[in-house]
This record gives sequence, C-alpha cells and structure tokens, in this order.
Amino acid sequence: MRPGRGDIELAGLCKSYDGVTNVVDGVNLKIPDGAYCCFLGPSGCGKTTILRMIAGHEDPTVGEIVIGGENVVGLAPVERRTAMMFQSYALFPHLTVRDNIAFALRVRGQSRLERYRAVDLMMEKVRLTELADRLPANLSGGQQQRVALARAAITEPRVLLLDEPLSALDEQLRVRMRQELRRMQRELGITFVHVTHTQLEAIALADIVVVMEKGKIKQSGPARDVYAYPCDRYVAEFLGGQNVLSGKVEKVGSDHLVISQPHRAGIHVGVHPDRRVGIGDRIDLAVRRDDIELMRATSGEPGGGATALPSRVLAIEYQGSFVKVMLDTIPDEEFIAYVPERTFFQDPFNVGDVLLATWSAGRARVLA
Amino acid sequence: MSRQSWVAWLYVTPLMLVLVPFFLIPILVVLVASVLETDGFGGLIPTFTLANYVGVLTSAQTFHLYAATLKFTALTWFFTLVIGFLVAYFLVFHVKNQLLAISLFLICTVPFWTSNIIRMISWIPLLGKEGLVNSALLGTGIIREPLEVLLYSSVAVVIAYVHQLTIFMVVPIFNSMARIDKRVVEAALDSGASRLDVMRLIIIPMSKSGIALGSIFVVSIVMGDFFVVKVMSGGGSASVVSAFYENVGVLQYPIAAASAVLLTVILIVVISLILRAVDIRREITQ
Repeated sequence: MRPGRGDIELAGLCKSYDGVTNVVDGVNLKIPDGAYCCFLGPSGCGKTTILRMIAGHEDPTVGEIVIGGENVVGLAPVERRTAMMFQSYALFPHLTVRDNIAFALRVRGQSRLERYRAVDLMMEKVRLTELADRLPANLSGGQQQRVALARAAITEPRVLLLDEPLSALDEQLRVRMRQELRRMQRELGITFVHVTHTQLEAIALADIVVVMEKGKIKQSGPARDVYAYPCDRYVAEFLGGQNVLSGKVEKVGSDHLVISQPHRAGIHVGVHPDRRVGIGDRIDLAVRRDDIELMRATSGEPGGGATALPSRVLAIEYQGSFVKVMLDTIPDEEFIAYVPERTFFQDPFNVGDVLLATWSAGRARVLA
Repeated sequence: MSRQSWVAWLYVTPLMLVLVPFFLIPILVVLVASVLETDGFGGLIPTFTLANYVGVLTSAQTFHLYAATLKFTALTWFFTLVIGFLVAYFLVFHVKNQLLAISLFLICTVPFWTSNIIRMISWIPLLGKEGLVNSALLGTGIIREPLEVLLYSSVAVVIAYVHQLTIFMVVPIFNSMARIDKRVVEAALDSGASRLDVMRLIIIPMSKSGIALGSIFVVSIVMGDFFVVKVMSGGGSASVVSAFYENVGVLQYPIAAASAVLLTVILIVVISLILRAVDIRREITQ
C-alpha cells in the first residue's frame, strides 16, 4: 500500500526567532517522492530547524511547505502524515520496546490486541522481536535506533524525518546502521529527510545532498555532483577531498586559464568557454586530492598544459587503500594528495622530500 | 581488623554520629518507656508490661483519633498533590524563561520566611467571621450570613495544611519533571498524542518518583502534627499526636510512648505502601 505522495516542496522558507536574524533564510527546494534527501552543514546552519518545520514542531516565519501537493503549514504532525526520528531517539523511558512502538496506535485509540498485532509485524521487520519487553535503558545504541525507527514508521507516514540519527552511535555501528536506514527507506518506499553534519554519511546515503551555510542552501543535487563538482570554496572545503586554491588570472586561453598567486605561478585550470573571466580577476579553483600526481623533482617537467608545483612533504598518513601525503605546496593552506597505496610503495617518499605536485588543466575546476 | 574494613567504618562514622544519638537512642528510649509503668508523678517503674499497648489499642478514642487524622491526611494529600502537580507542571513546561521560573519558585517559598505561628494567626483576619473572605462573599451578595465553617473547623485545618505543605509536593515533582527530556514530549506529540495523552501517558508516569516522595513528606508531616489541628480547629478537633501530647502533660509517659510506637508502625506501613507502588531508588538512579 502506498501511503500517499510524499514529495516535498519548500518555497521561500524563512525562520526567525528574534525577528532580526534569520536562522533559515529563504530556502527553496524540491524533494521528489520516495527520495532520500540529506541536509548537510555545520551545527547552527539551520538544517535542524528546516527539519522541525517540515515535521510541524516549528512554524515558519515566512514561506510555504508543500507535501504531496498540499500546503501543510499550521497542520499538526499527524495531519501532515510525517513522522520524526529524534536526535538521541527520545524513546519513552518508562515504556517497553513494544509499547514504545505501539504508542502512536495507542493514542489513535486502537485496542491492545489490534495494535500489538501491527507492532509484532513491525518488530519482525526491524529484528526486535526478542527485545519486545525490554526498557530502552537496557538496549544498545543500535537497538535503540531500531526502536526509534520502528516507532516512527508504525503510522505509515509518507515522509520520515531523521535528526542526526547516527550521531549517538560509535563508528562501526554507524556504518552498519547507515545501511539499515537505506534498506528501510527502500523497503518502505517513502521520502526520507535526514539531517547530518557528517559529509561521508550524506554522500553515502543520499539521492539528494543539500549543503547549507548560515540558513541558506549553498548547493543541492545528487551526491556525486556535490562531491565532485562543488560550486564554491565553502562546499568544496566542507565536503572535503579537494584542494582549494585562490589566485589572480594571468592569461586567458581558449579552454583554460593560467593563474598566479603570491607564492606560486603557472597554475593551469580548465574553464568552460561560457564563463567570462578577465585578466586580473581573483578566482578560486579546486583540484581533487586523488587527481594530484606526485613526481620526483629530478624526473623532469611534465607535459604541456599541466601544472607542476614544487612541494615539500610535511607528513604522511597511511590510510589503507591509499596514502595521504600532506604538502607545503601553497604556504599556510592545506594541500593534500591521495596516492594509491600500490603506487606509493613502489617508490615511497619520506617527510622532507621535495617533489612536484602535478595535475593536468582539465582536472582543475574554477569555483564560483 | 583489615585496613579495608577499617576505612569502611570511617566512611560511615559521620552518618552514625548523627543517627545514633538523634534517632536510634530516642527511639529506644520511647520503646523502653512504652513497656514500663508510671508511678503517677512522672517517675517510671522498671518492669515489663503490655498494659499500655492494650490500653491504647482497646480504647475507642484511639480509633476516633486515627479516623480524624487519616481524614485530614487524605484530604491534605489530595489537595497538595493536585495543586503541587499543576504548579510544577506550569513551572517546568510553560515558563520558558529560566529566571522567571526560579523567581516563581522562590515565591512559592515565601510563606516559609515567617514562623508557623504567625502564618497560623494570619488566617484569622482572612477566614474569621468578619474576615476578608466572609466580607467579600457578603459584599457580593453570594451569602447572607457569614460562614462560620471557615475558621476553627476541619475546613480551616485542611486549608492550613495545604497552604503549609504544597511546597513539599512542588519541589520533588518539579525535580522529577525537570528531568523529562523535552524531546520525549515532542516525540509523543509527533505520534499524534493529545495534550491529555501526553499528561496521562508520559508526564504523570515519568513524575512518579516525585509524586511518591512528595506524598511521603506530606503524609508523615500531617500524621505527626498536632499544632495545626489544635490552633485551626479551635480545639474542636484532635489528632493522634495531640492526644499523646496531653498524656505527656499529665505525666502519663508510658501511655504516650505506646501511642507513639503505634503511630510509627502505622506510618511505616503507609510509607512502605507508597514505596511498593513506586520504586523510588530505581527511578532516581535511572
């Protein structure tokens, strides 16, 4: 049974608590029915406030929230047919697992027999049957999360809202429960909106990643777009995996620019022909850390169109499948190369070695 | 004695220094006195007799006194519970401003800034025949004759108790309510619970330990009191304690001691019933 359309549209959404500053500042977003959407941003960026407004626990100051074609502002959570999974779960500490999950059915006036039948089915689905009579205090973090999920899903909502659902778990469990969330989402076939400050979590789970800063959406789109093609310095740095450089345009070519900055010159970057850039403009550019190739300074210059910056190795971290090499390429800025493990150990570098950090112009991208 | 058990004894010494002279010895003295005979002039004859207990337990007066005391206890408990719960609920869930909540909390303690006797006397201009309440009611034409039942009556006793003891309900209930995670309430609302459901299914069960603690305070204070009954009833009602206060006045120490032991036993029964309903230790350490 399909629980009704769960597509969400946020239009001009603003929230202010003091009438002066907007915690959420003009957010527009469309989330299709059945999508897994992650709001990503540092604490205080307004992502939880958006979630609470969709859930109906806060009212927007301005703007509309449309779920399944219907403006839900002012409706109670039940009327919206949304359900929320709270940060650190907020389970009812005095009720057993079974009664926690049955709570929503109980307040709807279902008889004990009726609601326990539904709860037993749900507990089987999330593998809680053996724990039915335990109190939340006697459950592990992962089990508590499953109870919270079951409690939210029992009413067959069309949208499930998750506030930092994995933050209370340890690292290993987090990865396992991440899969569980995704599996549940597929099984239930409903829209999930998930708030997190962990970029790995967001890109691993989401169909749509929404990166936020100070109440505004910086970028939204499929995980790969946001990770591989960040629109600006903020998104690139927040998602990680990129080296961000800034400098002045020295030369404009047909499909590439040459950038220089106080410490380094001759940085080549590919540019879309539609983009209008003039000589002397200040721009930011990003290069993926795994696109950087490290060469011994003695092995000669790389071919044309490539950038080669002399760098000293500051530190080396072994990461298993790759090796993280920290360089002083741009003084006072982080510059990191991810070298595949096998490549690295064919000719390992040491801290203090001087190398050339190279990449071809096509691998660098101009940011907004 | 090993070093470890020596240290353990050292840890409990401060507690023992308080409990033994101020609790254990007085109780023992009362216990001993309750099985002695009096010589009628305040002296005690060292012997062993259960006559004092027989006297207390077979006297019809004892039952009347307990009936009266239990009536006051039940009424006071009921009203302090309702008022105390509502005050605590208001302070915890409706007053958003922390500073305001603390000031309101302090206002609740204002009556305690003065002595019990002053508080008691203050009821006279309020509840008396020509007091404020009566003149207000007469003035608005609701009654024609002043209500005599307001002062020097059972009503007055209960009013005075409730006024005096509600704070003992407010504090522990406030304490247990303040520990309820607001997100738990939100989660209930999210599940479609009405305000009444939240109260019935979440807040009351989660305030149980506070309610039990407050009930123990109120019940034991009312059952052990004689002063309020005496003053506020104008001598019209008596309590268990006022009876053995009078025994002491006429130097009947053994009878008074036997009554005291009986009251202690009954209080222990009542409190253990409360504790049976709510496992305070588990609730608090959770």
